[in-house]
Amino acid sequence: MIRIGIDVGGTNTDAVVMDGSTVIAGVKAATTADVMTGVVNALKDVLAASGMAASAVDVVMIGTTHFTNAVVQRRDLAQTAAVRLGLPATASLPPMVDWPEDLKQAIGGTWYLAHGGNEFDGRVISPLNEEELLGIAADIKAKGINTVAISSVFSPVTSDFEKQAGEIFAKALPGAHITLSSEIGRIGLLERENAAIMNACLRDLSAHVIAAFRAAITEAGIKGKFFLTQNDGTLMDAAFAEKFPVLTFASGPTNSMRGAAFLSGVKDAIVVDIGGTTSDVGSLHKGFPRQATVAVEVGGVRTNFRMPDVFSIGLGGGSHVVETRDGIKVGPTSVGYRIITEALIFGGDTLTTSDIVVASGRYELGDKSKVAHLPADLLARTQVKIMQMLEDCVERSRLSPDPLPVIVVGGGSILVDGPIGGLEVIKPNHFAVANAVGAAIAQVSGEVDRVYALAEISRDAALADAKQRATDAAVAAGARADSIEIVDVEDVPLAYLPGNATRVRVKAVGELHVA
Amino acid sequence: MSRKPLAESYRLGFDDLEALTIGAALLGTGGGGNPYIGFLRAREVFRQGATVPVIPLEVLTQDDWVGEVGGIGAPVVSAEKFEQGDEGTRALAAVEAELGIEVAAMISGEIGGANAMEPVITAAKLGIGIVDGDGMGRAFPEVQMCTFFIYGGGVAPAAIADEKGNVVVYKHVIDMFWLERMARHTTVDMGATAMLALPPMRGDFVQKTAVPATVTQAVHIGRTVLKARKARKNVVETVVEETGAKLFFTGKITDIRRHLVGGFARGEAILSGLGDWAGSEAKIAIQNENLVLWVDGVPVLMVPDLIVNLELDTGEPLTTEVLRYGQRLAVIGLPAHDLLKTEKALEIIGPKAFGYPDLTYNPLEGKAK
Repeated sequence: MIRIGIDVGGTNTDAVVMDGSTVIAGVKAATTADVMTGVVNALKDVLAASGMAASAVDVVMIGTTHFTNAVVQRRDLAQTAAVRLGLPATASLPPMVDWPEDLKQAIGGTWYLAHGGNEFDGRVISPLNEEELLGIAADIKAKGINTVAISSVFSPVTSDFEKQAGEIFAKALPGAHITLSSEIGRIGLLERENAAIMNACLRDLSAHVIAAFRAAITEAGIKGKFFLTQNDGTLMDAAFAEKFPVLTFASGPTNSMRGAAFLSGVKDAIVVDIGGTTSDVGSLHKGFPRQATVAVEVGGVRTNFRMPDVFSIGLGGGSHVVETRDGIKVGPTSVGYRIITEALIFGGDTLTTSDIVVASGRYELGDKSKVAHLPADLLARTQVKIMQMLEDCVERSRLSPDPLPVIVVGGGSILVDGPIGGLEVIKPNHFAVANAVGAAIAQVSGEVDRVYALAEISRDAALADAKQRATDAAVAAGARADSIEIVDVEDVPLAYLPGNATRVRVKAVGELHVA
Repeated sequence: MSRKPLAESYRLGFDDLEALTIGAALLGTGGGGNPYIGFLRAREVFRQGATVPVIPLEVLTQDDWVGEVGGIGAPVVSAEKFEQGDEGTRALAAVEAELGIEVAAMISGEIGGANAMEPVITAAKLGIGIVDGDGMGRAFPEVQMCTFFIYGGGVAPAAIADEKGNVVVYKHVIDMFWLERMARHTTVDMGATAMLALPPMRGDFVQKTAVPATVTQAVHIGRTVLKARKARKNVVETVVEETGAKLFFTGKITDIRRHLVGGFARGEAILSGLGDWAGSEAKIAIQNENLVLWVDGVPVLMVPDLIVNLELDTGEPLTTEVLRYGQRLAVIGLPAHDLLKTEKALEIIGPKAFGYPDLTYNPLEGKAK
C-alpha cells in the first residue's frame, strides 16, 4: 500500500510518501495562508522526491491544525444553538457558562434547557417532552440558526434521549447540522457539552475545508481515499471528519509522537519533538501518547478530549541565545521561521541555538565561517544549558522510574548531544518529518467510557463487555476486525458510590481497512 | 421573608469568588472535592451584583440561628449531574420548619474544598450573611470530623434535598454515624448527588465551637496566589511569606501507591528532595486528604495540622487524586486551630484516629524554618 502522510502545522506543511512501512521520501513546505496551496505544494514536492506516480497512491492521511486555529482565532464559526436535556437537574449552570465572552458571542450564545437526562445508573431524570423540543426548534428556526448541539445528562451511560432529540430536530429543521455530545466526549457534562458545541460551530467550516483538501488531492492527480487524523492518533474518513471536526484538535503532537514510535521501533519511551520555537515532550505507552487526565483548555474552553499529555518549553532550533548576569539564557523567544535570514549561519545577526550547534561542528548547516568566532566556552555552557532544559522536561514526562529511552524528532533535533538525564537518546531516520509519518501510519480506534455496578455484574464480565463495545466501535470506524488490539484498559472504583460502581474506559485500535 | 440582619465586617462580592475558590482548594489539604462547579454556580448567583455579608463570630448571640448546608454524594456524579440550584434552600427550609425558626446566617461545615461554596450560594439566595468560620478549618473525609459534632452539636433535625423537589427530613437520629449512613443511602436513591442541611445551631454555640475567621483566611490565601501569579512572582514563596504557611519540603514524587479501603482512597507518596532538601527523602500518607509528612523517617507534620502540596513551579494546590510520578512539589504546613488540638478533638481527628497508633500529635507551632 502506498500512502502519503501530511501534517499541516502553523509554520510548515510536512509530507511523506510511504510504501508499506518504508519511508520513500519526506519534504517540508511552508504553510500558506489559504492552507490549500501549501498542501498542493507539499504533495507535488513529495511525489517528485519519491519518483512515484500520483496514480500509485492508495491513500492520503492529513493531520491539520486548521480547526483548532479557527476556535483560537474565533473565525469562520457558525451560529449555534446549544440544547441540554436534564431538567430539573443542571439548571444552575446553563450551557457555555464557563466560555470566554468573545467566543460565546462569536457563535451567538444561544442555549436552551429541556427535560430529559439520566441518572448514573441509567434511570430517567425526567421523560423527554416532544412538544417542548418542537417549541425550541421553532425558536431556533426563527433565529435563523442552522446548527444544533445536543447534550443530555449521563448520555455516555445511555444516549437514547440525545438520539431521539436529534431526530426531532432533524425533522423540524431540515438540513440542519446536528451534533450529539455522546458521540464526542465522555463523563463530565460541561466539558463534553463544550466539545459538542465547538464541534457544531465548526461544521460549516469543515464542509469547506474537507472539500478543499479533496480538491488539493485531486489537483495533485491522486485518486485514492483520504483521511484525517484525530487527537488520539487514529483516523477518520473524510465524511466522518466533516461531521466531527473537533476530533482533529491536538492531532499535531499526537502525530509526531506516533511517528517517533514508528520510526524508532520503540513503543514505550519519552518523545521530545523539537521545532523552531518550542519543544513538546510527552510519553509513549504501547506506541500511543499518554493522555492528559485533567481538563484540557482549547481557545479558553475546558474540554475532556482525549488529548496527549504534552509539556512544552520554549526551546527550539531558532531560540535566542543570550549571555546574562545569571549565565546563559536560551529561549523562550525565537527567530522562528525567520531563521533562514536572521541566524548567524544564514548571514543574520541573531545568535541562535542552531548557530551554537554548527559552531561546535556537530552539524553542517548554512555558513560555518560566520560562527567560527564564537568562544569554545560559550558553546560549552550553552550546550549544558540546553541539555539541562531538556532533562527537566523529560523528567516531568516520566511516569515511572524505569529507564525509558528518549526519542528525539523534529527539525530542531540537532540540538541534542548525548544522553538526556542519563537516558539513552534515539534519533531515528527521517526525524524531521516524524509528524507526517505519524499521520501516514495512523490506525483506526473505538473507545468506551462507562460506569458499571460490580454488585450486578462481575468485574471480568464488565471488562469483557467494555472491550466488546470498544471493538465494535473500532470496526464501525473502519478498522479491519482481525487486526484489532485493546491498547488501553482503565477501571477506577468510584468513591462514595454503592454497588461497587466502577468507571471503565477501554480503547481498541486496528489497521485501516482499505478496500 | 425578612430575616434579622447581623453586624457584618465586610462583604463578599463577585470578584472575591475566585480567591475564595483557590483558598478553599488549598485548605482542602489534598481533598475536600473540587470547588470548580461550586465556583461557577456561585458566580451565576452573584453575577447580578449580589453581595454576601461576612459575619464575625463575636457578634453572634444565643438568639441567632446559624444554618449549615453541604453537598453530599459522589464527586464524579456531580461533574455530570450538577444542581438545579435551589436544593440548598429547600433542605434548609425543611429544618427551619421542623424547628419553627429562621436562620440569620449560614456557615460552612468544611471550608476546605467544594463545601466552602454551598453556604455562600445559599446565603446569597436568602439575602443573609455567612459566618466567618467553619467546622474544620480544612477538609476531613467524614462528616463527624467537625468541631460542631466534636463539641456536642445536635444531629437532628437534618434534611436532604434533590434537584427534583424531593426532601427527606430526619427528625430523630441517635448519632452522627446513623445520620451519615441514612443520608448516604437516600443520596444514592436521589441519583448520587444531593444537598444536606444539618441542624441549625445557636449563635453562642457557633461562637464557641467554630474554627474562626476561615472565610477571611481562604480569601486572603486566594488573593495572595492571584496577586503573585499576576506579578509573575514565585507563588510558593509568596504564600509562605504572606499567609503564615511554613515550607517543610521540596521534592519530586518517585513513587505513589493507592488503594481503596472502605470507600476511602488511601495511599502514600514518596518524594526525593530538591533544592534545600536535596539528598533527603519524604513520605506523605494520604486518606482523601494528606495525613502525615515524614522527612528522612521523622514525622514532621501530622493531622490535624494542614499538609498542603503545591506544584513547585505554579503554586497550584494539588489534590491527592492527581498526584503522580515525576511531579515536583513544595509541601507546606499550616497550623490547625486550637479547637482541633484538644484531647477530645484528637481522639477523632488526631493521627491515632487515622490509623497511626505510634504517632503522638506534635503540633506544628514553632517548628521548621
